Amino acid sequence: MVTSFFNEMYASDGLRAPYQMLEGWYQNMPAEFRALKQAEAEDLFRRYGITFAVYGEGGDPDRLIPFDMFPRVFTAHEWRRLERGIKQRARALNAFLSDVYDRGEIIRAGLIPADLVYRNDAYEIAVAGFRPPLGVFSHIVGIDLVRTGAEQFYVLEDNCRTPSGVSYMLENREVMMRMFPHLFQENRVAPVDGYARLLKRTLASVAPAKCDRDPCVVLLTPGHFNSAYYEHSFLADLMGIELVEGQDLFVEGDFCWMRTTEGPRKVDVIYRRIDDAFLDPLCFRPDSALGVPGLMNVYRSGGVTICSAPGAGVADDKAIYTYVPEMVRFYLGETPILDNVPTWQCAKSDDLKYVLENIGELVVKEVHGSGGYGMLVGPASDRATIDTFAAKVAANPSNYIAQPTLALSTCPTFVEEGIAPRHVDLRPYCLVGRDVELVPGALTRVALTDGSLVVNSSQGGGVKDTWVIAEE
Amino acid sequence: MILTVFHKTRYEFESPVAGIIQSLRLIPAKCDSQKVIDWKVDVPDALIGEAFRDGAGDYIQTVSLRKRVEHIEVIVQGTVETIDTAGVLRGHRERVPPRAYMRNTVRTEPNRAIVDLVQNTLRDAGSATALERAHLLSEAVSDALPYRPGATHAHTTAAEAMNEGAGVCQDHTQVLISCAHLADLPARYVSGYLNATEDGSAHEASHAWAEIYIDRLGWVGFDASNKCCPNDQYIRLGSGLDAQDAAPLRGLVLGGAAEALDVTVLVEAQQQ
Amino acid sequence: MLSRTAANLFWMTRFLERSETTARLLDMGFRNALLPNTGGGYRNEWGAILQSKGVLQPFTDKYGEIVQRNVESFLFFDMENPSSVASCIRSARENARIVRTALTSQVWDAINASYQELMAMQRLERSKLSTPDLTDWTIRTSSLIRGAIESTQLRIDGYSFMNLGYAVERADNTARLLDVKYYVLLPSVAYVGSGLDNYQWTTLLRALSAHRAYNWAYGGELSSVQIAHFLLLNPKFPRSLLSCYAEANEHLDQLARIYGRSTPAQESARALLGELAEARIDDVFDEGLHEFLTRMINENGGLAQSIHDQYLTGEAR
Repeated sequence: MVTSFFNEMYASDGLRAPYQMLEGWYQNMPAEFRALKQAEAEDLFRRYGITFAVYGEGGDPDRLIPFDMFPRVFTAHEWRRLERGIKQRARALNAFLSDVYDRGEIIRAGLIPADLVYRNDAYEIAVAGFRPPLGVFSHIVGIDLVRTGAEQFYVLEDNCRTPSGVSYMLENREVMMRMFPHLFQENRVAPVDGYARLLKRTLASVAPAKCDRDPCVVLLTPGHFNSAYYEHSFLADLMGIELVEGQDLFVEGDFCWMRTTEGPRKVDVIYRRIDDAFLDPLCFRPDSALGVPGLMNVYRSGGVTICSAPGAGVADDKAIYTYVPEMVRFYLGETPILDNVPTWQCAKSDDLKYVLENIGELVVKEVHGSGGYGMLVGPASDRATIDTFAAKVAANPSNYIAQPTLALSTCPTFVEEGIAPRHVDLRPYCLVGRDVELVPGALTRVALTDGSLVVNSSQGGGVKDTWVIAEE
Repeated sequence: MILTVFHKTRYEFESPVAGIIQSLRLIPAKCDSQKVIDWKVDVPDALIGEAFRDGAGDYIQTVSLRKRVEHIEVIVQGTVETIDTAGVLRGHRERVPPRAYMRNTVRTEPNRAIVDLVQNTLRDAGSATALERAHLLSEAVSDALPYRPGATHAHTTAAEAMNEGAGVCQDHTQVLISCAHLADLPARYVSGYLNATEDGSAHEASHAWAEIYIDRLGWVGFDASNKCCPNDQYIRLGSGLDAQDAAPLRGLVLGGAAEALDVTVLVEAQQQ
Repeated sequence: MLSRTAANLFWMTRFLERSETTARLLDMGFRNALLPNTGGGYRNEWGAILQSKGVLQPFTDKYGEIVQRNVESFLFFDMENPSSVASCIRSARENARIVRTALTSQVWDAINASYQELMAMQRLERSKLSTPDLTDWTIRTSSLIRGAIESTQLRIDGYSFMNLGYAVERADNTARLLDVKYYVLLPSVAYVGSGLDNYQWTTLLRALSAHRAYNWAYGGELSSVQIAHFLLLNPKFPRSLLSCYAEANEHLDQLARIYGRSTPAQESARALLGELAEARIDDVFDEGLHEFLTRMINENGGLAQSIHDQYLTGEAR
């Protein structure tokens, strides 16, 4: 059982370095002032239109994600190591994708079982043998990290398809700078507002070879009913590119065109925020109305680049996750900087036995699940819930993996009575194109309920601004 | 053998539609069993994109037509030299790993009847090789589903065809794929043409069969409808996970109304 | 600009203008209902007003008998009535939300705030809201949004699509309101020139916020010919058909300049403007006011279709 948690602000010998600069700020903040600021923050978010709807939950589509004003702080030193680890992982994941859609050397070398990759639903036969521009498949890699000690970080999972949430990273900072400008005047907080420019540059760098001019980049959204629509429109606006829906694009000849008031305009790069299955009814789900019929043909004949590449999801599957450190060694010849959480594959009978015997102390996840759904947090569940879940695992073992319950670090968070430690995780967004880039910042999600380890916004999580103190 | 093909697909719309977009898999790729002498795909009035080869080695073309039309024709004409390789696919350039063809789709998902068929067929197969097992399965499918046009339709799944107890080449192929997967053999759907022989034993000039992957041998064709392996009477167009995935024509009508489809396929052996 | 963006901007302003028209119609009905009943069983202005919006059937399906209070709720709050003020504002806000980034924050704020206020009003007890308050609120809100557009939006193509939406919708609405008064409201020809007739004309002018302007321009005497002239052919009145087409032309020409090409949409707007600029009010009455208005409503629809075909599908080359 987990007994102690790493507190990012307090160490046994007092306040940890990154938080020293905030001491005066929160201690001298009267309760009324704080309430006022909290209301101001909410007002700002609502005004910007940052809302979040959770799939299948119904309710208010204009719900706000709770924002906690207490920033999370990293020193330059802490960040340097994280940055190296994240970039390393993003490169390895792309090398893996490049490989499994080509010769599959890592499988031939016997390091990853063929069936785990090739029989995976996320492995797209349609793109086998196709090499996207620069060989990059996952252009935005979101890596979910948790911290358990001063030097110890674990990667919880990788997101190689279309990780969301980066708009919160940018808006949280915007709101903090507006509300507490003096904090930024007095401290050297590294800026994150270059993200949009870097993203645009990354996307433009993978334009197809057939594109002989300034590439036309668009962001493809499922539409304004999607829960992440705000983020889509926010990013498109920051990058100065069109936000399109499937109906705005059409295929003619060997290219993809956008409907504009001046007639059809050729599109070179599509940053898509819709799933593979919906991209093209002529290649994938024939009933998809969100995609563009014929798009996959244009993509595979080099008329347009799709980011992330269809099929990129095979790298972020929870069953593949276990092998990422192996990928780092195999493709890069380096030692992995970031650790994986030890993981039991229920598909393996020894592992399954262990998981079923110790399920009350483990976190069990569906291999293909996301967003904290279909998951069991053993220590936080009652007997009946555990038994029901154990039966599901036993019935379909290959659908589950299990991990020890991690002692997630805590950060100071504003609560009713003042400040209190709450558990947090970290999602940085690494960009991969001609270069591999990472802005000094990330999305910190915080479990607002005392003792809770679930940070998902769909289940009562909130967000925080994440600071990296710039180097002297 | 030299085979000539004439294949015309005509779509007739009840009321004019705003256009069409199609993905065609209508050009045979070169391999040891076939060599294209001449080949032409024509869709009058439409824009035809440049053909490219996908990972499975098939030629793909995009056809688009963006104006009001009442009917559309896709016309294929060509000549191919074929060689009998006893069903073995050789010299075909492709990149998809065979194990990727272990997955089922809605159309190849097995039901109880298919599971039983495989168990009954392989119960006494003990030490049979993979190739022998594939032959056994192909024969079993052939026996289980007598050829009966009209018993099934374009969207019938393998399970539904088994329940029906009859079918056409599409059903034979999808059931055989489902069976092969249960026997841990990668299998895929192949669409193509067949030169119907004079004694009338062969069915359907526009044809389909399965390919099953046999270690050390590679992909081997099995035509359960005709109880044989493809020979020089066959022209291979392309492959996929099921009939829809491997369809020679896959398209979408824009602003579409119901369509009537008229298909003419003629395959003949040239006098030599 | 993306065709869909242009379409959303175009429809956003159309819905905004439409919400205002519904409010004005509501105001017209409300004022008419203040007129003492002169007897004879002809009084059913509310029915006529519902008819003019094409929602008489849905109304009676839902509420049965025509009761003022229900009509007011139906025209203002009812989300099932697509032309209610609330529906229009909701649709406008939805259009705005889709193209959020094409709007200045002032415009978005104005639209979003009006929607939030509307939601708040909907939660209030109905008896706390008087009909004049509701219509005043709508007209004020509408001015606020249009003011925000005028003073903050960049003068680019999107601005022209917004103004085209306003112009096309306003032309349609002016024609329809006039037609309601002229063709639908009066029980029979016998009432022409009667007190009821005059009262209705005044009401129409009031509903169009044109009451005092008319008096200034035409010396205060009510005459259907002069009122028709004012509402159709007077270039000084911003809601006149002529003004609407002058505006539509201005913005279509602007688009032609921006895009470096003109389209059939310019031609059809130019033809409409040409006809109205040349027309004398006698010609209109010779044709028959109702017939003229019906034709204008159709041609206006044709102009909207042409704008759609040329700019909003993205396929015109």
